[in-house]
Amino acid sequence: MEDRDAVLQYTIPQLLRWRVQQSGDKVALREKDFGYWNTLTWKEYYDYVHKTALGLEKIGLKKEDKLALITDNIPEMLIVSIGAQAIGAISAGIYQTSLPDEIADILDYMDVSIVFCDDQEQVDKLVEIRDRIPGVKKVLYEDPRGMRDYRSDDWFMFIDDLYVLGEKARAENPERFDQLIDAGHPDDVCHFCLTSGTTGLPKGAMLTHINYINMGLQLTEVDHLEADDEYVSFLPFAWIGEQMNSFGVALATGITINFPESVETAMEDLKEIGPHFMFGAPRIYETLQSQIWLKIDESYWLNRLFYRYFIKVGEKAASYRMSGKAMPFSLRILAWFGKSLVFLPLINQIGMQRLRRAYTGGAALGPDLFTFYQALGVNLKQIYGQTEITGIAYMHRDGDVHPDTVGIPLPGTECKISEDGEILSCSPSVTKGYYKMPEKTAELLQEGWLRSGDAGYIDESGHLVVIDRLSDVMHNSKGEMFSPMFLENKLKFSPYIKEAVIFGDGREYIATLINIDPIVVGKWAEDRGISFSTFMDLSQRPEIADLINKQVVEFNKNVEKPHFRIRRFAILYKLLDVDDGELTKTGKIRRKFIQEKYEDLYDALYDESVSEKMVEAFFQYQDGQTATVETKLEFFTMEDVK
Amino acid sequence: MATLNVNDVTLAFGGLNALSEVSLSIEPELITSIIGPNGAGKTSLLNCISGFYHPTKGKILYGDQNLSKASPHQVSSLGIARAFQNIELFSGMTVLDNLLLARHQNLKYNIFQAVFYSGKASDEEAKNRQYVEEIIDFMELEAYRKKTVGSLSYGIQKSVEVARALTLGPDLLLLDEPMAGMNIEEKEDMVRFVMDIQKERHTTVVLVEHDLGVVMDISDYVYVLDFGQLIGAGQPNEVAENPKVVEAYIGEE
Repeated sequence: MEDRDAVLQYTIPQLLRWRVQQSGDKVALREKDFGYWNTLTWKEYYDYVHKTALGLEKIGLKKEDKLALITDNIPEMLIVSIGAQAIGAISAGIYQTSLPDEIADILDYMDVSIVFCDDQEQVDKLVEIRDRIPGVKKVLYEDPRGMRDYRSDDWFMFIDDLYVLGEKARAENPERFDQLIDAGHPDDVCHFCLTSGTTGLPKGAMLTHINYINMGLQLTEVDHLEADDEYVSFLPFAWIGEQMNSFGVALATGITINFPESVETAMEDLKEIGPHFMFGAPRIYETLQSQIWLKIDESYWLNRLFYRYFIKVGEKAASYRMSGKAMPFSLRILAWFGKSLVFLPLINQIGMQRLRRAYTGGAALGPDLFTFYQALGVNLKQIYGQTEITGIAYMHRDGDVHPDTVGIPLPGTECKISEDGEILSCSPSVTKGYYKMPEKTAELLQEGWLRSGDAGYIDESGHLVVIDRLSDVMHNSKGEMFSPMFLENKLKFSPYIKEAVIFGDGREYIATLINIDPIVVGKWAEDRGISFSTFMDLSQRPEIADLINKQVVEFNKNVEKPHFRIRRFAILYKLLDVDDGELTKTGKIRRKFIQEKYEDLYDALYDESVSEKMVEAFFQYQDGQTATVETKLEFFTMEDVK
Repeated sequence: MATLNVNDVTLAFGGLNALSEVSLSIEPELITSIIGPNGAGKTSLLNCISGFYHPTKGKILYGDQNLSKASPHQVSSLGIARAFQNIELFSGMTVLDNLLLARHQNLKYNIFQAVFYSGKASDEEAKNRQYVEEIIDFMELEAYRKKTVGSLSYGIQKSVEVARALTLGPDLLLLDEPMAGMNIEEKEDMVRFVMDIQKERHTTVVLVEHDLGVVMDISDYVYVLDFGQLIGAGQPNEVAENPKVVEAYIGEE
């Protein structure tokens, strides 16, 4: 399509101007305020950017200067960013939750000269660090509420005053804005996106106009969007996940961006808009799932009955849909009934009825959740990417959704796996590097390939599978790579297994300690008339050993590579617990600590002559009393492994 | 804007004087706090001002209007609104409906216009809704607009109570322990709201509050009551050093 090629030759401000020429009266932005949805057409949007750019120029913003934004999602975040970009300056988002100290460091690192804040809360943070940020010449604010004490200080400026300045400048020189944006080049850096460094100061990835526009274009090449489609902007602007949609996708396709009334009302507003596509971290989908469950739970019995029946039908239908296979006729009829009777009304209540595609990224989403949404008829797909490649580089295609992969590269993106097993990518959306960090940039970009820091492989269907952070993977004694977390998660798909700790770094095979799920396994035992007293007793019953053995056999059958198979395992006599230091506060296992604490068990796992062992379990009760219990722990060997 | 003068007000219930010869004046556009131990007569004083009780002796003047014998709705029509200590909202109604209802006295259309919902009726309703929305925005209640009051947490209900008083568009706002039962974060928000009510809505605020930290921080002037008598008055720092006040709060040595 010629439109699509044309789009790639523009900068973001130029593309905005082109949109006005194409469909100036169409709604571009919509914001809920005072209970009403107010709209801005492309023409009005452009007009605001025009005023803002000239106003910013008047207050001293120049080409390559930096403007930072600390704001909730409001139209002004785009207006001010693109206004700055029109001058050739660089915008950058800072998380609203950042503490004043962090903000000072970031502003200093990025040489920011103007900061835009949405309200007093953010302005107050800047006031606190004012003497540490001498480079900041002006602080713009959008909400005048509570700003009365600052009005006399000309360090601060109300956004409306900036517009007035801009209008005056426009009257003086109507050609100026066009001259400014014509000077821009698609390959210029337009925005710094902070990447969450695990330690120390975050790094600012320098992203160009073409990075964003190419990304938006390629994404919609795969999943087409209509100009009438709606998008709700509720992700933090500092996150690439928001920028790629509100800069990249929106400008490349002309969809409407909707801004919620406040952070707290975002989910309600989502319902009112009914977006056609959405993107979010797994947590959002988890929250929505609980909402759905709650709605079902609160509903009357007939609804619950229908739901329980049709969710099973939906899951079956989803497995066909995800793999792109044709459904049997009877299932298709049933699935249609399920959709019309239960699922459509249900997902309409959370604003997902019009949703054609939902994307999840940023972290792994459990396969159960995937199947759940697909069963409801919500086309949820995994994406994979990183800030340095403008967000999305890999994605599932419709009819080819595998819950355990991240899909295949977008058009124009190449992928290869390095000798160390690291995922490398190459595309026009790859960043120019980190601002003022040549060494880190050299580390990041090697011979034109972008390093992800993630370990992965390409499976037989051509899908990319992400295993883990490269720094967290282990190697067995033959040097074959595996990710303990990946295998643990896979093992935990079994409802009977609550927690598992995988060992095998530098060893000849993989071994694991398993925690049974007390509720599910307890119920299972009760149903079969197996009596038990405590968790410890239950965990060592021979019937339970058989049950878990079956789970491990199943696991071994399903793993992708032979060296992922478990050879030895034992069922731990106690639940791993935060209070005992075995889990982190967020519930992740502390592998090293566990290995040291249960050293005798670890040694026995790698000594095949041991089939059982007496262990002393030490307990400390809440009231401080302690007890020691002796129990016999069995070790199991899967003889067919290796 | 008018000054509110309380002149020698005594309120007696049989032989018990809830207030005895209390005189004070509330200056416009300031935050004036009334503090005192439990049973000191703070709420009784607010009840006298808002017309729920009528003083046994003495006079209450708002500008040149005499409030001593006025009924609550007359007081309210003079631009004096009150947020109650014990939340007085319709708990089965939504936040929005509660606030719209509070503005019923501003609705100036007749029954026929209401039935056909034409002309004046729909204009007035739209205007009212807009006013209420401004208050919702001001009190940051957007997320609760359509929730029934009974389903909200106590702290949010308190905010709705203050919002209800604000929807009357008062010149003088009586706040009876708006922060009682709130957590720290809610308290911080409420302090910010009270200050914004004074500074940005140019409203006179009379604050009855137990949290002395808050009172000393935000008040322009403080009156102290004990056993129905005025025992101290002045700027917050003066009051804090007043030995009588210290005695009333901490007790005799």
